[in-house]
Amino acid sequence: MNIIVCIKRVPATDSKIKVGADGRSIDPAGVDFVLNPYDEFAVEQALKTKEQLGAGQVTVVSLGSADAQKELRSCLAMGADAAVLLDDGGKPRDAHATASAVAAWLRTVPHDVVFCGKQAVDHDDSQFAGRLAALLGVPSVTEVVALELSDGTFRAERDIEGAREVVRCGTPCVISTQKGLNEPRSATLKGIMAAKKKPLETVAADVPAPGVEVVSLELPPERKEGRILGSVDELIAALRTEAKVL
Amino acid sequence: MSNIVVIAEARSGQVKKPSLEAVGAAISLAGQASAQVVVLVAGAGLDEARSTLAAAGAHKVIAVESDALGQYSGDGYARVFQEQLAGLSPIAVLMPHSAMGRDLMPRLAAMLGAGMVSDATALHFEGGRVGATKPVFAGKAYQKAFANAGAPLCATLRPNAFEPGSGDGAEVSTVAAQIDAGTLGAIVQEVIAAASDRVPLQEAKVVVAGGRGLKEPENFRIIEDLAAAFGSGVAAVGASRAVVDAGWRPHREQVGQTGKVVAPTLYIAIGISGAIQHLAGMRTSRFIVAINKDPNAPIFKVADYGIVGDAFEVVPALTAAVSAAATA
Ligand SMILES: Cc1cc2nc3c(=O)[nH]c(=O)nc-3n(C[C@H](O)[C@H](O)[C@H](O)COP(=O)(O)OP(=O)(O)OC[C@H]3O[C@@H](n4cnc5c(N)ncnc54)[C@H](O)[C@@H]3O)c2cc1C
Ligand SMILES: Nc1ncnc2c1ncn2[C@@H]1O[C@H](COP(=O)(O)O)[C@@H](O)[C@H]1O
Repeated sequence: MNIIVCIKRVPATDSKIKVGADGRSIDPAGVDFVLNPYDEFAVEQALKTKEQLGAGQVTVVSLGSADAQKELRSCLAMGADAAVLLDDGGKPRDAHATASAVAAWLRTVPHDVVFCGKQAVDHDDSQFAGRLAALLGVPSVTEVVALELSDGTFRAERDIEGAREVVRCGTPCVISTQKGLNEPRSATLKGIMAAKKKPLETVAADVPAPGVEVVSLELPPERKEGRILGSVDELIAALRTEAKVL
Repeated sequence: MSNIVVIAEARSGQVKKPSLEAVGAAISLAGQASAQVVVLVAGAGLDEARSTLAAAGAHKVIAVESDALGQYSGDGYARVFQEQLAGLSPIAVLMPHSAMGRDLMPRLAAMLGAGMVSDATALHFEGGRVGATKPVFAGKAYQKAFANAGAPLCATLRPNAFEPGSGDGAEVSTVAAQIDAGTLGAIVQEVIAAASDRVPLQEAKVVVAGGRGLKEPENFRIIEDLAAAFGSGVAAVGASRAVVDAGWRPHREQVGQTGKVVAPTLYIAIGISGAIQHLAGMRTSRFIVAINKDPNAPIFKVADYGIVGDAFEVVPALTAAVSAAATA
């Protein structure tokens, strides 16, 4: 089975965000970049799937700049077989451009299942899986918290408001991973050494114009300083008269 | 006249508030863009959904019925909606940022070759273009973007961020979808209702959340009791990641950057320190109350009202007072 994992390099969740000079993107100075947390579940699921089948090839791919080689290497260290950096040439991208460029590359390589994270914690788009699947003309299941594969068909579970859905999905397909699906393994020292010798290829990506034009990025208004109250009675009174929620 | 299309979500034939909020948002946008609002809904057995939507203030409601759509299928629903949209050439397509919206809208946007703003908290019409504002970096910043020419703006809307629409007079019609169940790639086999009959976290008016300050999983009882005190269908229980990782609470209750983002009218954080990743999930709540024994806990920086004290003393007293207020 040819298993593809799509990963993204994103600011660490505890980063302080500053608006850049263009007023439309962040200032990356001082920001610590990491593998998107949800993508760790995607890598783990790919490795588990290969282990279950006893055969197959796990390829991780990221569209971005050469910086993403670090995150691709860390996926190789977890156990992926090969990595591809799709070099975006510094072109502006949104979810439309990203999915289109990755889909164009995927059409050139064999793939039976594509795993990705449910959301990249930079723009919190949650768009990639559905878009990619539509462009490839295959089904998808998003935000998966349990997954089983038998005879080329997945049985996936996903949480919806107040319930859980059980979804049947044939292959090829795109699956986006949610926390709870698995426990991502850490890279071992041996894995890190082995990763240095694994192939990491760079391919020029075909990035179309974005579907939306970003006009501004702004910091949220500060919440105004709250009040420390002395008793539950005061709280009830405040909720009733000021907040009007009781 | 141009069209703004809302895709409403019917689960077991019922339409919930986030879909009505999408209609409300569409109506205000239509006012600025001189457009009309068309609501689409798909499924099997849509009588109730149709009448709920007919009272939401839209110009038209079109119910797309087929037995094959009785259970949700991302690829199947996208296909039937794409067919309907072809005849409407909308300037915007809106849906709630719900589990269904997050699954369906990106797929549909790709099929339309359209840009999309997910989890939008405001919509705009400026210089003849439709745009939207959304939180990025887990609410640490807001991004405003506009659709490029040639395609509609697709957007999923954050629940509780828009007022629901209302008003009669919609022109209601039903069309039969031509879709063969055998051609669906991913299809829901079964829907398992959650054991609790509480409101879903993201739809609740009040969220009572607990953290590691509760010391032991059994102590979440006081959180449950406070939530119940608000009356039935009002409050949901939330949790910090620390207690989810410890296995005290299920992941579906986690609030924060890697959990759920909630924006209730009232958020009560109990024994939660207020780490940046937790704040990301709740800082846009209308009112925030913090109960923590540490006066320097960062949660107090975002709280409208705080009580410095031991949760085990403060919370039961609060529960009693809320019960009294709720039944008064
Ligand atoms: C990649 C990443 C993603 C993350 N995502 C999330 C996320 O989605 N959601 C999330 O919540 N966290 C997330 N975190 C974790 C976050 O950084 C914090 O570790 C976590 O929120 C802490 O949980 P807590 O407030 O319950 O525990 P603590 O930080 O331990 O705080 C416990 C609080 O309880 C108070 N307390 C103790 N006893 C009492 C008492 N008797 N009465 C009243 N108060 C008391 C203490 O003063 C303290 O403030 C993430 C972290 C990372 C690295
Ligand atoms: N530039 C990219 N390269 C590869 N995969 C990506 C890229 N952007 C997003 N993804 C994948 O899509 C998922 C969802 O991202 P998003 O739709 O941007 O929230 C991420 O978790 C990744 O798995």
